[in-house]
Amino acid sequence: MISQLSWKIGGQQGEGVESTDRIFSTALNRLGYYLYGYRHFSSRIKGGHTNNKIRISTYPIRAISDDLDILVAFDQESIDLNAKELRSGGVIVADAKFNPVVPEGIDARLFAVPITAMAEELGTSLMKNMVASGASWGLLGLPLEVFNKAVEEEFGRKGAAVVEKNIEAVKRGAEFVLEQAGGPLDEFKLDEADGRQKLFMIGNEAIGLGCLAAGCRLMSAYPITPASEIMEYLIKKLPALGGTVVQTEDEIAAVTMAIGANYAGVRTMTASAGPGLSLMMEAIGLAGMTETPLVIVDTQRGGPSTGLPTKQEQSDLNAMVYGTHGEIPKIVIAPASIEDCFYDMIEAFNLSEQFQVPVIVMTDLQLSLGKQSCEPFDYNSIQINRGKLVQDAPEQEPQQLFKRYELTPDGVSPRVLPGAKHGIHHVTGVEHDETGRPSESAVNRQNMMDKRLHKLDGLYVRDGLRTDAPSETPDLLIIGMGSTGGTIDQAREWLANDGVTTNHVTIRQIHPFPTEQLIPHLQQAKKVVVIENNATAQLAGQIKMHAGFADKMRSLLKYDGNPFLPSEVYKACKELD
Amino acid sequence: MATFKEFRNNVKPNWCPGCGDFSIQAAIQRAAANVGLEPEELAVISGIGCSGRISGYINAYGLHGIHGRALPIAQGVKLANRELTVIASGGDGDGFAIGMGHTVHAIRRNLNITYIVMDNQIYGLTKGQTSPRSAEGFKTKSTPEGSIESTLSPLEIAMSAGATFVAQSFSSDLKQLTALIEAGIKHEGFSLINVFSPCVTFNKINTYDWFKENIVNLEQQFPDYDPTNRIAAMNKIMETNGLLTGLIYQNTQRKSYEDMISGFGKEALMKQDLSLTEEHFNKLVAEFK
Ligand SMILES: Cc1ncc(C[n+]2csc(CCOP(=O)(O)OP(=O)(O)O)c2C)c(N)n1
Ligand code: SF4
Ligand SMILES: [Mg+2]
Repeated sequence: MISQLSWKIGGQQGEGVESTDRIFSTALNRLGYYLYGYRHFSSRIKGGHTNNKIRISTYPIRAISDDLDILVAFDQESIDLNAKELRSGGVIVADAKFNPVVPEGIDARLFAVPITAMAEELGTSLMKNMVASGASWGLLGLPLEVFNKAVEEEFGRKGAAVVEKNIEAVKRGAEFVLEQAGGPLDEFKLDEADGRQKLFMIGNEAIGLGCLAAGCRLMSAYPITPASEIMEYLIKKLPALGGTVVQTEDEIAAVTMAIGANYAGVRTMTASAGPGLSLMMEAIGLAGMTETPLVIVDTQRGGPSTGLPTKQEQSDLNAMVYGTHGEIPKIVIAPASIEDCFYDMIEAFNLSEQFQVPVIVMTDLQLSLGKQSCEPFDYNSIQINRGKLVQDAPEQEPQQLFKRYELTPDGVSPRVLPGAKHGIHHVTGVEHDETGRPSESAVNRQNMMDKRLHKLDGLYVRDGLRTDAPSETPDLLIIGMGSTGGTIDQAREWLANDGVTTNHVTIRQIHPFPTEQLIPHLQQAKKVVVIENNATAQLAGQIKMHAGFADKMRSLLKYDGNPFLPSEVYKACKELD
Repeated sequence: MATFKEFRNNVKPNWCPGCGDFSIQAAIQRAAANVGLEPEELAVISGIGCSGRISGYINAYGLHGIHGRALPIAQGVKLANRELTVIASGGDGDGFAIGMGHTVHAIRRNLNITYIVMDNQIYGLTKGQTSPRSAEGFKTKSTPEGSIESTLSPLEIAMSAGATFVAQSFSSDLKQLTALIEAGIKHEGFSLINVFSPCVTFNKINTYDWFKENIVNLEQQFPDYDPTNRIAAMNKIMETNGLLTGLIYQNTQRKSYEDMISGFGKEALMKQDLSLTEEHFNKLVAEFK
């Protein structure tokens, strides 16, 4: 019995790789296994090699694995490209149609299954995905009923006949491979899962759901990888709540429309990736200057320019922190798990209204698109805080405007929404006085700059630092952000086996930087390594600038488009040791 | 009911004496009163330029945003609160150069807002450079030998983008302008009103006198003109070289964007409760099991 296993499916883009993965993993999720997925794809729609990998486990995992147990291949290219990941004695399930061969030097068992032929026999080659996932299921010796139920749900709308056929395809795939192998493979026999119901989703879906829970009722956005799933999710769900998604002509329209809607009182967000974020910069300054709440999600991908649009990177940090001219208050938070994606959206909308500032939620491609198991979300923890929003202002003297930018001790002023009887005031990106009227007075300028820039003094968001710090004097403090946490934890297990003590800090509050909270962790550690998917060590730069400790800090950087593997983190940490 | 005086505030415009923008401000104030609005029911969203300052000179809710983006901001305001009357306004550079992309798409989208362009054929605020509306050969600080680009025809562009309300006026004709703004506000969809608004400081060609001499007033000169005929409208714009004033085209058949959004209510979205019921939440979560 084993506690975890890695499975991968490869083929040409558009030939059912996605759907095979979806149906296979949904069924595994039903059995209560923990799953962590990784999609390798290129920015082509049809054709081009693509593969999806999932790690299946009886305990929580948040990282891809270095190696592979089962490879399902729709073509020889998938074998050639991926077989090297197979651990020795691993299995290849390949379509017999292309006369698959195991590359030289690879120690793997090959099962050539007539995947296409069986699908065609049942009426359409589209059913390849069912035969392939059936074969995988069979090898693992898992109960077919659970699988059939997942199939029923996927195809139920299309009628009983379609469900029947698909179930038959699964069965044939499973039977064929079991006959060849002489029954389920012992070495792939997974321990039973805990059976607890988990959610299985991508980060972008959790973000979308988080928006709905946060009371967001409008989204304006322009499509881009890897952010589009957020708008695609919300356009399906918002109409039932009276809201909508507007696909705008560009990201400048998207962000300014969101500013207009927030100004008028509806929680509105936009989401994009680096190229779109670059276009939004001037408008982010407008939101900062006019103290208008605004929530933006940046799902980072490989930059600069069009860069590697379908690959992992964490290189927009500086753009998020420093982008826009002049000086404004701004919050940047970085979810580090699927659960965070959900709860942080609620937090982001609350912060943006409490402090009347733009809030950027920073994810990365692996977090946004990697499908993973996560704990069910807690309805009772959803709380909405609209800050100093008032229904109306007291009646004003004739010709007096409402003091929308009143100087207050905490710098946050009462806010009324257009439509309120006595709340008329002006809003402008020009420097303005307490009623919003343009003013060039030096004293007013100083007061207003101080008001805005001190609003966030001392801010510390929920889990601004997520720490796992068992040691008081660790050999090594590992710092990361975003999707790298699980990979780091996996490497830490191996390091612990070697006697290296480690602490782990995930920085979730990127800006304003949680200096005070981080310093004690840096002080304790003998050495510090900062791990990030970019070439210029942007996170390490923030740490050095705000907290110091440059002398004992090293960086582990990866910017080839792929997420870190646990072994890479382990090796780099060992070398430091 | 509010009178036009209640749409005045005590801010003194910083426009040059004689600038056409003063009359546009007055026309908006009069039109707002004439259609029966209270100041708090109106939101004026403006761009950047001399013209863009207008939102600060009207007693109503106002947002003076960034250059070229008045329209997307205004559309956001309208989506959030469709009970407000939303007027977007700005210069010819704001709407037809940096913001042209938004103008075309706002027209296509057809939200129920009124867009008033204060067209002086020049960049006023930045002290006299060429605009997409400048005539060919027009000498400015940035085109010392005369503009060598063709002049943009916003009316033709609006027509081809599927506009449902296209009008043009002249700031000196306060009566016509006020009536057109009223009609624009009442129109259920996007209304474009381009207004010739002479810049007395930097445009010495397109002056008040020049417009008086060259303008073709549709109502006076073509009493039989039918503004529901799209082809006739396009022809008339071309025949007059874009120098016509009056209601040029109106399509009352097409519904506004708000009325076509699936599930979108008649009540302002901003009035809705933000919370999600537990039942609804559980239904959403169940999809991920
Ligand atoms: C992004 C950006 N670029 C340039 C400017 C400088 N700028 C301000 S107003 C303006 C043009 C003004 O012309 P127009 O829109 O016709 O307005 P007018 O002043 O003529 O009323 C320019 C270029 C700016 N504010 N923002
Ligand atoms: S510069 Fe021209 S457009 Fe600007 S205020 Fe003066 S006259 Fe009006
Ligand atoms: Mg101009």
